[in-house]
Amino acid sequence: MFTRHERLKSTYDVVIIGGGGHGLAAAYYLARDHGVRNIAVLEQGYIGGGNTGRNTTIIRSNYLTPEGVQFYDESLRLWQDLSADFDLNLFYSTRGHYTLAHTDAAMRTMRWRAEVNKHYGIASEAIDCQQVQKAIPMLDITCGGHAPVLGALYHAPGAIARHDAVAWGYGRGADRRGVEIHQNTEALALELEERDSGPAICGVVTNRGRIATRKVLCAVAGYTPRLLAMVNLRSPIYIHPLQAMVSEPVKSWLDPIIVSGSLHVYISQSARGELVMGASLDPYELHSTRSTLDFAESLSAHMLELFPFLSDVKVMRQWAGMADMTPDFAPIMGKTPVRGFYLDAGWGTWGFKATPVCGKTMSYTVANDAVHPMIQGFGFERFANFALTGEKGAASVGH
Amino acid sequence: MKIMTCPINGPRAISEFAYGGELRPMPDPAAATDADWADYVFNRSGVAGVKQEWWCHTPSGVWFVAERDTRTDAILRTFLYQPSRG
Repeated sequence: MFTRHERLKSTYDVVIIGGGGHGLAAAYYLARDHGVRNIAVLEQGYIGGGNTGRNTTIIRSNYLTPEGVQFYDESLRLWQDLSADFDLNLFYSTRGHYTLAHTDAAMRTMRWRAEVNKHYGIASEAIDCQQVQKAIPMLDITCGGHAPVLGALYHAPGAIARHDAVAWGYGRGADRRGVEIHQNTEALALELEERDSGPAICGVVTNRGRIATRKVLCAVAGYTPRLLAMVNLRSPIYIHPLQAMVSEPVKSWLDPIIVSGSLHVYISQSARGELVMGASLDPYELHSTRSTLDFAESLSAHMLELFPFLSDVKVMRQWAGMADMTPDFAPIMGKTPVRGFYLDAGWGTWGFKATPVCGKTMSYTVANDAVHPMIQGFGFERFANFALTGEKGAASVGH
Repeated sequence: MKIMTCPINGPRAISEFAYGGELRPMPDPAAATDADWADYVFNRSGVAGVKQEWWCHTPSGVWFVAERDTRTDAILRTFLYQPSRG
């Protein structure tokens, strides 16, 4: 699917570290829209083997802050033509997305989100429990009696897609336009030079040799703190594992995507019939993709509160990814105090849906050395300025 | 089930404990610059390695310090906080 390059060149105009969806999308749009083709994408493992292939593929734009809502809505719009763009079936499937509310406080947040969403023209509304029951007849609306569903935020454009295909589509599109994709290639160090204006990027040392470059885009999710340490930057990013699991395939019964913040559950049914399920973050820092029985047990228990009839369905596999979390649950994107070092990070548990718009905005930022207007609310400097972009209320489940 | 040793209550299941973040010295709020204070409030040493962390045994409310490797999740030792030991 990708051209194999025996060796790295000595110089590239742009080096992208991280061959996941975000890095490959940036490469694709740099080559397609900005005429930058002398690009190397460095991936320490294989394409799409990180968080791109480990998420639960939910796509939605019903966020809370004006910055977030507009940004994710643009991403949703891009998703819809992506299959045609790539000539590759992404199995993009619009399902509708219900965020259940079990408390008055949660209902209030749903109404808040619905109003912000509607103001920006996004299909999003707060509905009551009768409407929820009608839409999801298999749901035990009382949750066994102790956490009854009061209502939900309904977001009709909510969708799922095949995550591997997203990385392949962007990768193949970039590859055809001359971008070099180097798998099994790890960035070991970043070289800086001191200029009057401060430090600037001048090279990347890899396990396959040194590359000279003036521009590096870092899109490495859970490895972000290690890369930042190479350029002597501190950040608020902390790493917790996020786990997920799938059931054995069963006959199709669940069309929409269901999320419950209070019960720490999200669930959808894939085209193959598997139930794709996730929960909240692991409760402490860990740089590992190990799975735990605690997770499978507690997620299953909550799942059975919503859908008791699933008690005989077997869990087929579980896995984890390393989520790069931020204090305000918004990403960190754009320029950094190191000239030529661009960051697309802080994607925590919410990065998959943003893949297309991240590629678009980061390619613009890298090509023009100017932050794209749509990502100005996500800047690295917002913490030092005490100007956060509070998106926690729109996180899929309570963290 | 993963086990952690509380310095007061002995070995217990990890589900009895709550994580309280890395042990970090607080700058003097009166003397710190805005930049230093923002660094303390928001920034973390997110790189993997052996760290000292606050943990709480929730049934008994005991706060203590655990030394843990954040790459392997191995708990190296636990002890009650003593300012002199940092």
